[in-house]
Amino acid sequence: MYVAVKGGEKAIAASHALQAKKRRGDTKLNEISIHQIEQQLSLAVDRVMTEGGIYDRQLAALALKQACGDQVEAIFLVRAYRTTLAHIASCEPLDCAKMLVERRISAIYKDLPGGQQLGASFDYNHRLLDFSLMAESEPSNEYPIKANELEDEQVFTKVFSLLEQQGLAKSEQSREPSEEPLTTSQSFPYSRVERLAQLTRSDEGFLLALAYSTQRGYGRNHPFAGEIRTGFMELELEAEELGFSICIGQIQVTECEMVNGFVKPEQEQAHFTRGYGLSLGAAERKAMAIALIDRSLQASDYGEAIDGPAQDEEFVLAHGDNVEAAGFVSHLKLPHYVDFQAELELIRKMRNTKDTL
Amino acid sequence: MRSVNEHINQSAQSEQNYNFAYLDEQTKRMIRRAILKGIAIPGYQVAFQGREMPMPYGWGTGGIMLSASILGPKDCFKVIDQGADDTTNAVSIRQFFEKVCDIEVTQKTANASVIQTRHRIPEHSLVEGQILVFQVPIPEPLRFIEPRETRTKKMHAYSDYGSMQVKLYEDIVQYGHIATSYAYPVIVHGRYLMDPSPIPKFDNPKLHMSPALLVFGAGREKRIYCIPPYTDVKSLDFEDHPFSIQQWDQACAQCGSHDSFLDEVLIDDQGGRMFVCSDTDFCQQRQGNSND
Repeated sequence: MYVAVKGGEKAIAASHALQAKKRRGDTKLNEISIHQIEQQLSLAVDRVMTEGGIYDRQLAALALKQACGDQVEAIFLVRAYRTTLAHIASCEPLDCAKMLVERRISAIYKDLPGGQQLGASFDYNHRLLDFSLMAESEPSNEYPIKANELEDEQVFTKVFSLLEQQGLAKSEQSREPSEEPLTTSQSFPYSRVERLAQLTRSDEGFLLALAYSTQRGYGRNHPFAGEIRTGFMELELEAEELGFSICIGQIQVTECEMVNGFVKPEQEQAHFTRGYGLSLGAAERKAMAIALIDRSLQASDYGEAIDGPAQDEEFVLAHGDNVEAAGFVSHLKLPHYVDFQAELELIRKMRNTKDTL
Repeated sequence: MRSVNEHINQSAQSEQNYNFAYLDEQTKRMIRRAILKGIAIPGYQVAFQGREMPMPYGWGTGGIMLSASILGPKDCFKVIDQGADDTTNAVSIRQFFEKVCDIEVTQKTANASVIQTRHRIPEHSLVEGQILVFQVPIPEPLRFIEPRETRTKKMHAYSDYGSMQVKLYEDIVQYGHIATSYAYPVIVHGRYLMDPSPIPKFDNPKLHMSPALLVFGAGREKRIYCIPPYTDVKSLDFEDHPFSIQQWDQACAQCGSHDSFLDEVLIDDQGGRMFVCSDTDFCQQRQGNSND
C-alpha cells in the first residue's frame, strides 16, 4: 500500500552532494581559485557586489564559485550573508568629483577639461571571438599589478558642474539627509535616495530592458550621456570617539549622469533635467540603465504623463529585485498538494452541477 | 549608540557562529515590535524591514523571520508544509532552526509551543499559549483586484471592500459557486479584510476564536499581520450562499478519518487514486503511532 513519500531529508542531502560534484566538474582539471575569478572574471564580480549589496571582491568571487557562475544565485548568497553583518556606522556621502578617474567619457562635448579618457572598455572592439585565448598562458610579469595602481589616476571636473555654472541644469542637493542606514520596507512613494539605492541593487537585465523601453517610446525622456566615469573613491568615516573623518578604504564605482529633455517652469528659465546612476566596480551598463530609469521615474515631478512601465514607480521598484523575483518564481517548485486538492474538489463540484452546463 | 570598537569586538566574538536563531537581537526586536502592533490592530498589515534570509523568498522567509524572532531556548518547534512534517521544505526549515538555535523540535502538534506552517492549520485543536506562524506569499487580499499598493492601502483605510464582495458574486453568477477554494478572504474583528494565506477554506473555521495566537509573515512583501487569541474571524459570504467547507465522500485510507482535509494520491496510471490525511501527525496519532 502506498504511504506518503518519506525520506525528504536523505533526498535533500543527496541532491546537495550531487550539486557539489557538478560544481567541481572534472577533477582531472585544476580547481578554479577565488583569486582567478576575482582577477579574470572581474565584471561578473562587480555585478555580484552591486546587486548583492556588499563591496567585497573576494566574497563575490567565492559566491560565484559556489554558485557555479550563476549570477543571481551568487547575488543571493551575498545578500544572505549581508543579513548577518552588523551595521557599524555610516560613511560620509561620496563626492564623485573627488574620484580618481580611470575612465571618463562625455557624449555631449567633443572636448572638455581633462579630455575624454577611454580607460578599459569593450567599446569600439570588434566582437570577434579571439581564438588565441583558447591557449592558456603561464604566469608572467607581462601585466604585473603595481604597488600603487592609482598613482596615474587624476581628478576631473564633473561635466554637470560645467552645465550648472551656466544655469543649464539645476544642482542637486540631498533632500533628505538621514543618519539611519537605508532600508526598504516597500512603502510607496519612495524618496529619490531610497529609489536610487533600490535601483542599484535591482536586476541589471530588468533595468536594461526598462531603460531600452524608454528609448523606444514607452516614456521617452531624450537622454544624452552627459558623463560616465569609473574610478576609485575614498570612503570616509567620522568616528564618534575621534571627532574627525578618517579614510577607511577605497572602492571602485561607476557613475553615469544623463542630460535629459529640458523643462520650462513658470518664473524660471528653461533648463535640462537629469538622471543619475551609480554602481559598484565597473558596471557601466548598469549605471546607464539606472540613470535612464531614475529620470523616467521623475515623470510626476515634471508633470509628465505616466504611460510607460519604466515611469511607474510601483511597477519598477516592486519587481526589480532579482533575489525576490527568483525566489517567488522558484517557489512554484514547492509542493502545492493542498491548494491543488482544494481546486480539484471545486472543479469536480462544478462539473457535477447540471445548471452550469 | 555603541562605539565602533564595541561593534568590532562583538562581531569578532560572533564570527565563529551565527547569533541564536540567525537574526541579530536588534532585528528580532524590530520584528517583535511589528508583531505587537499587528496584535493591537488585528488583521492589519504592518510593514517591517525584512531581511534577506539564507532561503529564497517565496520559500517561507516571512515565517522564518517571525519564528526566529519569537523562539527562545525553551521552545519546542514544529514545522509543517501542506500539513506534513516530512515534506522537503518543512524538513529544510526545521533543520535550519536546529542548526542555528539547537532547540527541541517535535512532530506532535500538542507538544509544540511554536508551529510554523505553510498552507494548513493542524487538525488537532490548538490551545492557549501556542503560536502558529503562517508563511504568506501575497499578504494583500485585494492584490488581484487592485495591483497597486498605494490604492489598496486606501481601500483598507476606508473599509472599501465592496469589490471583493462583487468578485465573489460574479463567481456565483458565472459558476454557481464562490470559486475560491483556498486563501479565502476573511474579515477580522469586524474591521480588516485579511488573506489567511493559501490555506484551504476547509481551515478557515479554525481561525475563528482560536485559543492560539496566529501570526502571519510575508518576507518578500515585508508585511506582518496577526490574529490575537479569541478573535472573531468571519469568512466572506452571502445570506443565500453561506460559506461552506470542502467535503469528501471517502475517508482517509490510512486512519479512516471522515473529518480531516484529505490529499488525493495517484496510485497507478489507470486513474486509480486514494485519499489520505494531509496532516501527517494527526493521521499517525489516529493510527496509534508515535512520531517522536
